[in-house]
Amino acid sequence: MNTLLNKKKEPIDKLAAASGRSLGGEALRRMLRSPVAITGGAITGLFLLLAIFAPLLAPKDPLDRTLQDQVQLGRGIIPGSMPGYPLGVDDFGRDFLSRLIVGAQQTLLVGVLATVIGVLIGVLIGGIAGAFGGWVDTVLMRLVDVMLSFPSLLLAISIAALFANPSQWTVILAVSMVGVPIFARLLRGSMLVQRDADHVLAATSLGVKRGAIVFRHMLPNSLGPVIVQATLTLATSILEAAALSFLGLGDPDPSRAEWGLMLGKASRQFLDIRPELAYYPAIAIIIVALGFTLLGESLREALDPKNRR
Amino acid sequence: MIFGAAGNPKMFDPAFNDEGETFRITRQIYDTLIQNKPGTADLEPSLAEKWESSNEGKTWTFSLKSGVKFSDGTPMDATAVCFNFNRWFNMKGAAAQSQMIYYGDVFEGFAKNEGDATGEPVYKSCEAKDPATAVLTLNKAKGAFPSAFTLPSFAIQSPTALQAHNADTVTQSGDSFTYSEYANKFPVGTGPFKFESWDQAKGEITLVKNDSSPTPPKLDKLIFKVIPDENARKQALKAGDINGYDYPNPADYGLLRNDGEQVLIRPSFNVLYLGINQANNPKLQDVKVRQALAYGVNREQFVKSKLAEGSEVATEFVPKVISGYTDDVTKYPYDPEKAKSLLKDAGAEGMTLKFYYPTEVTRPYMPNPADTFTAISEDLKKIGIKIETHAEPWNGGYKDDVQKAGKQDLHLLGWTGDYNDAGNFVGTFFGREKKEFGFNNPQLFSALSAADASPAGDAHAKAYQEVNKQIMDFLPAIPIAYPTPAIVVGPKVKGLVASPLTDERFNTVTVS
Amino acid sequence: MFRFLVRRLLQAIPTLFILSILIFAWLRSLPGGPAAALLGDKATPEKIANLNHVLGLDQPIILQYFGFLGRAFTGDFGNSLVSTQPVMGEIITFLPATIELGLSAMIIAIVVGIPAGYLSARFRGGPVDNLVIVLSLIGVAVPVFFLGYMMQDLLASPLGLPSQGRQAAGLDATAITNFAILDGIMTGEWDAVWDAIKHLILPAFALATIPLAVITRITRASVLDVLNEDFVRTANSKGLTQQVVRTRHVLRNGLLPVVTTIGLQTGALLGGAVLTERVFNFRGLGFLLAEGIERRDYPRLQALLLFGAVVYVLVNMLVDVSYGIIDPRVRVR
Repeated sequence: MNTLLNKKKEPIDKLAAASGRSLGGEALRRMLRSPVAITGGAITGLFLLLAIFAPLLAPKDPLDRTLQDQVQLGRGIIPGSMPGYPLGVDDFGRDFLSRLIVGAQQTLLVGVLATVIGVLIGVLIGGIAGAFGGWVDTVLMRLVDVMLSFPSLLLAISIAALFANPSQWTVILAVSMVGVPIFARLLRGSMLVQRDADHVLAATSLGVKRGAIVFRHMLPNSLGPVIVQATLTLATSILEAAALSFLGLGDPDPSRAEWGLMLGKASRQFLDIRPELAYYPAIAIIIVALGFTLLGESLREALDPKNRR
Repeated sequence: MIFGAAGNPKMFDPAFNDEGETFRITRQIYDTLIQNKPGTADLEPSLAEKWESSNEGKTWTFSLKSGVKFSDGTPMDATAVCFNFNRWFNMKGAAAQSQMIYYGDVFEGFAKNEGDATGEPVYKSCEAKDPATAVLTLNKAKGAFPSAFTLPSFAIQSPTALQAHNADTVTQSGDSFTYSEYANKFPVGTGPFKFESWDQAKGEITLVKNDSSPTPPKLDKLIFKVIPDENARKQALKAGDINGYDYPNPADYGLLRNDGEQVLIRPSFNVLYLGINQANNPKLQDVKVRQALAYGVNREQFVKSKLAEGSEVATEFVPKVISGYTDDVTKYPYDPEKAKSLLKDAGAEGMTLKFYYPTEVTRPYMPNPADTFTAISEDLKKIGIKIETHAEPWNGGYKDDVQKAGKQDLHLLGWTGDYNDAGNFVGTFFGREKKEFGFNNPQLFSALSAADASPAGDAHAKAYQEVNKQIMDFLPAIPIAYPTPAIVVGPKVKGLVASPLTDERFNTVTVS
Repeated sequence: MFRFLVRRLLQAIPTLFILSILIFAWLRSLPGGPAAALLGDKATPEKIANLNHVLGLDQPIILQYFGFLGRAFTGDFGNSLVSTQPVMGEIITFLPATIELGLSAMIIAIVVGIPAGYLSARFRGGPVDNLVIVLSLIGVAVPVFFLGYMMQDLLASPLGLPSQGRQAAGLDATAITNFAILDGIMTGEWDAVWDAIKHLILPAFALATIPLAVITRITRASVLDVLNEDFVRTANSKGLTQQVVRTRHVLRNGLLPVVTTIGLQTGALLGGAVLTERVFNFRGLGFLLAEGIERRDYPRLQALLLFGAVVYVLVNMLVDVSYGIIDPRVRVR
């Protein structure tokens, strides 16, 4: 009996119990009536569009240091907005607006990759545990519990700190590890709930093989909860990645336009001379994290078996 | 006065130390035989009023100031001076010897070398002819003398205190060392300040006035507060929590001045270079290719837009204030067209180079390695070179890979001078075959040895001027800049002189 | 209860053992290592190799591990590379600072969060509720270190608060337990107490934002739950006044999930403390960790990770015990 751990598991288990319910139809209609869902969906949608079409939308090449001559860090001069450069330039004379736009793509990439890797590994572990049960289940879930009981930021920091050469990939990997136990537990819970469900019992009695049951009957029904959790995890992944960059565990290459990186550098060095270099990435991160969280929360509520407004 | 230091000191026995934050404090507690004239790299008397060499530089006679006492009341005389030299020479224990970096660099060997230490001792003996005359006898002459006697590691410490508190005990503790009681709690010297306390929890080192010092201070108390985050140092100064700090961010100089703070620029005594390793990619052995790299990097723009005011493009590998510097070397102004045509001539167009740079570090010569890398690599890309990026943490293998294994084609590094001798720069870099630069040029090596051995004065300067010309033609690496780090103090602070060697002494300072 | 405790302790020991091996082996396998960190700028490859030999770092890892283990049993975790002081001593010295900061942040989160959550649920759908919901959602979306820098830059001077540190430099305060406020009270040095409080305000508020946001939301949700539960309707039907119903039943039953949320958020606080202490130069464990990571101070990192693991086991046990005392239903399991 581990009180804190149990408490941490509750929301996950609740979500897992929602499997079998689809995200379509009634759930969707409920969401369309909720202002929270609409706001979250709108923000997320806009962000995705921006991220996908970023290179086309950016007016200038984010790596092009055309105005480097006008930057004199030694005198605290970083030019602000001027014709052709609506948001001015950054400390390398690159168009700030373009970097923000392309930053959407990089930031989304970090968030998505971290979440996807977490999902893949977590689902694998949880799926095996749920499918086989018995001692396999016990051992795997014990491991998952240990990971789950760590505060997420500390887990990410500890893992990132153990890599020899920090890079964007070590960040993604470290952040993904935070999601692994969550998705593992989610999928296992979902499979446990479905094991006793009618359609599964029916299939078993019809002699359908275990593998087929898992893949064709159970997993698709677990999709809903996984999507919900993935949306929420994406938000926290972006924030954790920014924190790791700040601590020096992130990608050292300053050419990369990624909001967390830009924020970390600007907060440390340019808050006094050009605070916009920090404010805009920060606001962007806040809005996007907010959007995904709103969307995820309303999805969760739409799936909630105890659904009550 | 409260001063914001950028990092923790290790302990307070400078013989075992090679690191700036510790020296900052020990420089206030101890004196050396010779010191740097404030604000310059020139020599002036300190504990020694006069010094002269004889016997072709193998004998050094110091006439000491008389009547000087350590802060524990014991006399600072020739016996004490010889005691210190002998202590270093006779130091026992691989642990202790491994930490005496500067002694190892200058004097090369101990009475009995332990561990993996090798090297023939340069030191032979020290004689206290009379209380005010110490005669140092060496086994060989070196260009480093007499400037090397200004090194803070060679501070003269009180023999009584050294013995009373077992200063020579350095024991291994896991992966680090435990130093003596002397080093941690009872350092005794003749400097303007005395050590009072080191509060780890608060990160504060407190020094008080040393009345018996030959250079007593105007301040009663000097506190060093450790604040690793540069931004926090700035905030602390703004709020008046501290009266000054070291290594402000160049971007902040203007703002600090607007706030009424005094930003004191240190004359440059360091060099930032783009290292070239000729061992891995044979094309780099062609001097035309190296020249192309030099013409292809826009050093002027980098210095102007990224470095602090007062920084300049480096023409060679020694800073301007050092004897041996000459403006009469081959220059390589930014010329990307010329770079491209040189590459074409050498058949090296479109070559790929592995470019290593360090992360998680700032050095006085390189405040922002990632920015430096970005600027240079993008210039190189413009002349058609493909760059393979290798970023490694400073403490996590960068120096290993670059200096020991020589994995790179290009890398970023630099050097802050220790004392006023060109050999400390170019001798250290190019004096012998090294993995870092991957070349064997016996002619250059012998020219450097000869310059080192040349007698002090004009001949010495001239010898190094010739060598510098030779180096800038051979171009084993590309000097980028002479950065000028600064120190900033509040408006009420008067009397602090910025030193190119980071040798600021607080005895002339007042805070109104 | 006793058997349960002993069982948990015994379970923890092999885990800690394995953890120590993993941490030790991994840190040692990383390039660079202590020698490079100890020697600084002037180190040549030869000097580093020599130092590796002196420190015994070129010995087989197994031997190094047993050496480490042997020393660990005597409480000797070696010296920090950065400060050359004993690592365990550092941890014990800096621990009270983080506890003070964490406690202050938690107090802020509770004192502001619970009433906010309650009011939000009570006046559900109204402007207060909407404002609180929006703020609590934003609260978890703001990067803590950015918030810290902003507060430092914009709030410190106008409010007359120190922008960094834990104690004013040169302040002559007697340190006994190293809990600054406690020490000041014990020795009657009220200026030291006030100084400590002033230094805590900004970092504690920055650190409190996330727990505050979460506690507010959970309180709101749990109060809403309880307001709808049967027994409240029963109490209402018994004719008790609204006031009595509200305070006695709703609060008491609504608080239980909040208590465990507080427990969970303590963990989140530790993560946030690393960032906050770094920004505000607040010398606690988070500061040690951040510095250790930056300077690759392996002895310190090793000790911190192991220390953290031990504390984590103990804290979990403590919470279980107290939960068992608070809620008798739990003990039956």
